[in-house]
Amino acid sequence: MSLRFDSGLPEGLAGSAHRGMSRTYHSLFVDVVTKAMVPMIQVFAFYVIFHGHYSPGGGFQGGVMLAASIMLLRLAMGQEESFRRFPPDWGMLLAAGGTLLFAVLGVLPMVFGGNFLDYEYIPFLGAEAATRRYWGILLAEVFIGFLVWGALVAIYDALSGGGE
Amino acid sequence: MIWQLDFWLMVVLVIFAIAALEVRDLLAAVGILTGYSFLMALLFAELGAPDVALTEAALGAGLTGVFLLVALFFFDRTSED
Repeated sequence: MSLRFDSGLPEGLAGSAHRGMSRTYHSLFVDVVTKAMVPMIQVFAFYVIFHGHYSPGGGFQGGVMLAASIMLLRLAMGQEESFRRFPPDWGMLLAAGGTLLFAVLGVLPMVFGGNFLDYEYIPFLGAEAATRRYWGILLAEVFIGFLVWGALVAIYDALSGGGE
Repeated sequence: MIWQLDFWLMVVLVIFAIAALEVRDLLAAVGILTGYSFLMALLFAELGAPDVALTEAALGAGLTGVFLLVALFFFDRTSED
């Protein structure tokens, strides 16, 4: 274990054009704080997603927070360990799956005779119209959250050159 | 809404913006820009728009800083102009 306090950037990364972000420096403080912070950020992000319809926030903000937690992993642990925890192809999978599920949720009311995203026409979400709209909004928030999570992590991996 | 708090937040916001433009070290510029976004989020929250404030805090102070930092890994750290 070696500690470096000089620049804040990992050794060998500042100003290197092609090495990418594969190497990191190992600091006990950074590791412990990251391992403590990431689950808390994710729990708060899921809180923001699931309470999106009656408090500030929603799918987009929660998804951004989930992506930020993965980026904290990537920045603090380096590629090998963070790719083991969140493989780089999960980003595109989550983004594509979230988009697909959201599109299905939007088109499903049209099948049953409503407008696009008109949740009260989906018959199996509940008995009353209000209940159906409640569950529809909640599902849309969750799908948007996963889509934003995956898309932003994929953008980060493409930027840092780790997603090939 | 407390106008003194708004006023001083705006003053510090302008100082941060000018500092982010003027500073030579680009890593410091990214840090100052992140601070700018955080102050912006505080200002939005103080003006009664918590939804906008949450978005600004997550996107501006969180993601934009990380993306600029990653872009900075591939360039020199000092600005030339």
